[in-house]
Amino acid sequence: MKPFTRLDGLVAPMDRANVDTDAIIPKQFLKSIKRSGFGPNLFDEWRYLDIGQPGVDNTGRPQNPDFVLNQPRYQGAQILLTRDNFGCGSSREHAPWALEDFGFRVIIGPSFADIFFNNCFKNGLLPIKLPAAEVDELFAQCFNATGYRLNVDLQARTITRPDGKVISFDVDAFRRECLLNGWDDIGLTLRHADKIREFEARRRIDQPWLFA
Amino acid sequence: MQAQTLYEKLWSSHVVHVEDDGTALIYIDRHLVHEVTSPQAFEGLKLAGRKLWRVDSIVATADHNTPTDHWEKGILDPVSRQQVETLDSNIRESGALAYFPFKDDRQGIVHVIGPENGATLPGMTVVCGDSHTSTHGAFACLAHGIGTSEVEHVMATQCLLQKKSKTMLIRVEGRLGAGVTAKDVVLAIIGRIGTAGGTGYAIEFGGSAIRSLSLEGRMTICNMAIEAGARAGLVAVDDKTIDYLKDRPFSPHGDNWERAVAYWRTLHSDEGANFDAIVDLDAAAIQPQVTWGTSPEMVAAIDGIVPDPALEKDPVKREGMERALQYMGLTPCTPIKNIAVDVVFIGSCTNSRIEDLRAAAVVARGRRKADNVKQVLVVPGSGLVKRQAEAEGLDKIFVAAGFEWREPGCSMCLAMNADRLEPGERCASTSNRNFEGRQGAGGRTHLVSPAMAAAAAIAGHFADVRDLA
Ligand code: SF4
Repeated sequence: MKPFTRLDGLVAPMDRANVDTDAIIPKQFLKSIKRSGFGPNLFDEWRYLDIGQPGVDNTGRPQNPDFVLNQPRYQGAQILLTRDNFGCGSSREHAPWALEDFGFRVIIGPSFADIFFNNCFKNGLLPIKLPAAEVDELFAQCFNATGYRLNVDLQARTITRPDGKVISFDVDAFRRECLLNGWDDIGLTLRHADKIREFEARRRIDQPWLFA
Repeated sequence: MQAQTLYEKLWSSHVVHVEDDGTALIYIDRHLVHEVTSPQAFEGLKLAGRKLWRVDSIVATADHNTPTDHWEKGILDPVSRQQVETLDSNIRESGALAYFPFKDDRQGIVHVIGPENGATLPGMTVVCGDSHTSTHGAFACLAHGIGTSEVEHVMATQCLLQKKSKTMLIRVEGRLGAGVTAKDVVLAIIGRIGTAGGTGYAIEFGGSAIRSLSLEGRMTICNMAIEAGARAGLVAVDDKTIDYLKDRPFSPHGDNWERAVAYWRTLHSDEGANFDAIVDLDAAAIQPQVTWGTSPEMVAAIDGIVPDPALEKDPVKREGMERALQYMGLTPCTPIKNIAVDVVFIGSCTNSRIEDLRAAAVVARGRRKADNVKQVLVVPGSGLVKRQAEAEGLDKIFVAAGFEWREPGCSMCLAMNADRLEPGERCASTSNRNFEGRQGAGGRTHLVSPAMAAAAAIAGHFADVRDLA
């Protein structure tokens, strides 16, 4: 996994609540057996005026000029500003894969759906929960200033606004370590292989019906 | 010992290791696998030179992509076919406790086949790369959906990294009115607490109305816990749980059965256990429900109206409502009963079990679908459900009513196969998500119970099933 330490990035505002993973990456693209290449179909139904299909070149498709990520001022955005309950719905990890593939590394919002939140950390994407009032201010600033950027520092757990205000955020210590170092969870867990085996052996005696 | 909630009992009996910040390694007993979220996990495993930690924890099926008619033709869409064949070959290579491939007698929706085969048992931890894994919590097991990286993690280590959830008790007390089903209860719950109301919680559903439900009904409730934001839903073990599991293929047998039952009977929240939040609902006040928007919390009673965004004070909510009404093609204050439907879908892991089909059949018996309704799909949850329904003659009732009787699978719940809405089409659906485009790009979904879906098919618009009885 790509490590994440700090980022000075352009911000794009996604000003709607309950953005679900079906919207982030529609189901037809889930037929892929790969992990990459989902970026061009991120928010497909909102982003294009026609209906996207897997395995089709997206370059000539008619774009929806009203969709936020199609606006010239947000090209190259790496930070997505969102509203409540971002990433709700299906557990598809294709959603963070698509966001990451598109170029996002940080998502800031007042709340996230649990499974999506977890999935982000496995893919080098940093979801940051902030109080609603802070998010409101970021939206207002972002709308008012073209080229609005934020500086996100995971080590220090801070976001620095262009006006110099520093906002602190919380992140689980364990997840932070993993993300800072780009560690692979499986490798880390296998350090406890003996403990897992021990646990399993006990379980086999206590609840033998769980084992074939 | 201190009084414990059911969630705490399940949690503490699976902790293998805890990090300093409380992140725990949780042992996983059952891993359900399907074709959409597993190929990248199998590939990751292979690339890292790792093996499945415990083959006999895996139960797999193909359900999301499979067609629901003309099985003799196989899977026509080459991309879907490749995904299903990839699962076939992955399971062939790595093994499983059980695999129900495309066309198998016991193939079906992953959340239907687990319980009906006794592969979901009380006290287990159950995971699947699918958010509706919460369904299995109806059996007092800790069950939740995971992403593909986590699927790979469980394959390689038999464990999951987790933080302990907060606990919420939703008590539904009293008697449900005639024509009011588990689906109406859970939609009413989501209408009350909102789609993010359960975020960060494991929700236990209790109270006399929940206890009065069959295991099928409890599965419907737990299935949609995720739609309330909760990763896991739970119902305590009682006699009905134990009766349901007796003599299922993977249920314990002989001495083990007695031992298992003795343990299972401890799987309930203790008297006086402390929950982080409690929500009370009066069962008698719940009416048949119909969603009107693009989020399950946008729901009204059948005799209600489409709400007016102008009356909403919160600007983000108001905009959400406006956008939803525009997408749904609805005007504020329209009576729900005046909304006509084009398509009806009866199926999905929420409502495709035998009891659901019976409820729809009661309404359809001796009636015909309305002329304005183009298609009524009835898609059983599994091969076993299908044959049971046929043995009871339900298929004949549906066909006589002009409904289509299909092969099992996810079908129009997410429209990854050929069953999908055309842009602008309006559907009364027994599934769980009414998101934009969920049942096909531009499609408009209204979530209802199986009885209410059948009633809409007959009337041509939403109708109160209680008036049809
Ligand atoms: S029926 Fe629908 S919700 Fe259930 S597993 Fe299939 S696609 Fe997911």
